[in-house]
Amino acid sequence: MAKFDETPIVKDPAVNGVLSAPKLREHASAEVRCHPSKPKDTAAIDLPTERVPDWQERAVAKLGELLEKNKALRVYMDICVRCGACTDKCPFFLGTGDPQNFPVARAELMRKVYRRYFTPAGLFPDLGEAADFDEEMLQKWYTYFYQCSECRRCSVFCPYGIDTAEITIAAREIMASIGVATKYVTEVVAKVYSTGNNLGIPPAGWKDNCEFLESDVKEETGLSVRFPVDEKGAEVLLVPPSADNFANTDTMIGYGKLFHFLGVSWTTSTYCNEAGNFGLFLNFANLKKVNRRILDAARDLGVKTIIWGECGHAWRAGIYTPTLNGPMDDFEPPYPYHISQYIVDMLHKGAFEGHIDKSANDEYLVTYHDPCQSARAGYLIEEPREIIRAVCNRFVEMPDGTIRQKTFCCGAGNGLLTDEIMPIRMAGGKPRAMAVKHTGANYLATVCAICKAQLPESMHYWDVPVKVGGVIDLLARAIKM
Amino acid sequence: MDASDILWTFLSLFFIGLAYFSVITFVAGMLWKLIGYLRTPMPLPHALTPAPKTEGGAILRVLGEVTIFRSLFKADKWLWAGAWVFHIALAAVLFRHLRYFTYPVPGLILYMQNVALFFGCLFGAAILFLFWRRLALPRTLYISNIPDYFVLVLLGLIAGSGLTLNYWLHVDIVDVKGFILGLMTLHPVEVPRYPLFLFHLFLVLILMLYFPFSKLLHAGGVIFSPSRSQPYQIQQRGKRYVNPLER
Ligand code: SF4
Ligand code: SF4
Repeated sequence: MAKFDETPIVKDPAVNGVLSAPKLREHASAEVRCHPSKPKDTAAIDLPTERVPDWQERAVAKLGELLEKNKALRVYMDICVRCGACTDKCPFFLGTGDPQNFPVARAELMRKVYRRYFTPAGLFPDLGEAADFDEEMLQKWYTYFYQCSECRRCSVFCPYGIDTAEITIAAREIMASIGVATKYVTEVVAKVYSTGNNLGIPPAGWKDNCEFLESDVKEETGLSVRFPVDEKGAEVLLVPPSADNFANTDTMIGYGKLFHFLGVSWTTSTYCNEAGNFGLFLNFANLKKVNRRILDAARDLGVKTIIWGECGHAWRAGIYTPTLNGPMDDFEPPYPYHISQYIVDMLHKGAFEGHIDKSANDEYLVTYHDPCQSARAGYLIEEPREIIRAVCNRFVEMPDGTIRQKTFCCGAGNGLLTDEIMPIRMAGGKPRAMAVKHTGANYLATVCAICKAQLPESMHYWDVPVKVGGVIDLLARAIKM
Repeated sequence: MDASDILWTFLSLFFIGLAYFSVITFVAGMLWKLIGYLRTPMPLPHALTPAPKTEGGAILRVLGEVTIFRSLFKADKWLWAGAWVFHIALAAVLFRHLRYFTYPVPGLILYMQNVALFFGCLFGAAILFLFWRRLALPRTLYISNIPDYFVLVLLGLIAGSGLTLNYWLHVDIVDVKGFILGLMTLHPVEVPRYPLFLFHLFLVLILMLYFPFSKLLHAGGVIFSPSRSQPYQIQQRGKRYVNPLER
């Protein structure tokens, strides 16, 4: 880790909480790589268990196929002018100083291959525009396309809207097709099929946890809040990130208290107790298949409404649902619905009128971290803020260039939340830590399970004393039953 | 017929051939590329949010990118200024070139006479700035390849030769125009005997040849960029985004 810029974060009004571009450190993060996938996992999710013998031809052919099937990729391969506007926007460059983490440099790894095999520039490899898809290139792909959290921040600033996240998605799809993937992502996808969730909690364990929460809440508040599992005919199916029932239990308690207060019958499903979709970080086929489970579970239980819990990339995959898995016209609303949107709708209906005690959260100075996927791919920006303002007296925003559409990734999104690349996670989390420190907040609210796993570690690492939690956690504290 | 006549005849044939070849390649290449973008499906919704919720809003968003480079403005004010001045000056210079292609010349273009030198110089200055920036910033230096410099040098030479022809050598517009109108009406005549003009023309034709196979495609490609051109209609009743591949 010593290779990165380890300058500690200081609270300095002059820098305004915004990390400026560091000095270039070539190859600084070249050695930090995810563990490769295990055959037992890849076999379970329809991927080659090892690198296929004719991997070069197969990869080039796959790229050709994606160019025919994906307008964004096709356009983005051609139109970058290498203006450099994106170079100081990626959290992983800002944290590591490795110029290969410029969005444009990352994308060029694929463009060089594209030009080599699909354009006349391939005839002049010496100009630096084209390169073979050889072992060296594959290794660079594996390293740097797994140092991108598909956060889309680069796209905000590119004059042509080039979204390097889409290029990363394509690169991972190509690599997966030739048998090159990471242990973390493939393991999680395999687990979701075998247990229903990313953490691998079996149905019995899930029920136990729910019962445990029931007695916990009873003990603490005297309320008989229920955490129903697999209840047919409930009104609402809640699809949370599974971590909410395991690590972020305050969030899970929040869902329970909310529905209890509203008197709405709800349930989780042991067939699909996971909104997170690691297929999004791997390939299209698994994205679709993992997502399908949500509609299947909802129809099986006969619910009226599906609500997605607090998870960033789950929400991105969530809004794809009607595209991936067919119309949702048998549900109300007939489109994906997020817990924050649901709460805001209830607020507007006056459901909480006279039942909110904002002072319950007075010990917290709250700031809000926009998860990259919910803000830039899911249009979820105002709702969480509206909830926080409704239930807290003390709310402070981070600096302008670091929130809303310009938010920074927590540093571990989209397949990077794995311990072997901790240096990358801490470096990528630096811009966010800096902005949080600037506010002086002591509660960092967010609506994403991955953020909630990464932020406590990165905040600790960068010495920012702050509690990380959900938005609904704050609501639950403020509701008077 | 003396030796120099033979040379000029030879040069004429070369330029006439190259001109037709370049124009055809440019037009066909651009059509091929842009139609390719148009026909390629986008399997998933891709709008970068917050995004406009209507088609009209999305068109305005793209127009904002094309006319005032809104995203670039957010990214880097100096680059924005350089790039915007460059493109505006280029548009003005190209527009004024219509006087070589039209007969009679529209009044507006004649009227531009007074500001043409200004735009010409601005164009040159913007190129110098962009070239300097590429070399001066470690970040842009790192990502720049030979083609990036090649395009700027090409444009710089075109600008320099153009300005010299116009304001220093005072090349006779009648000769030049005769040649160009000849090409346009498919009755090519001999090239005007100005070496610098031929140099200028040669570079322009090379640029046109290069255009559809290079990053210059951003000129048309930008309007097909799905992160900007798609509206966000996923959460509207009855508006499902259908994957074109599964229709
Ligand atoms: S901002 Fe866009 S055009 Fe400029 S270098 Fe980055 S990706 Fe390329
Ligand atoms: S998507 Fe995010 S992590 Fe990936 S290159 Fe762009 S800014 Fe960096």
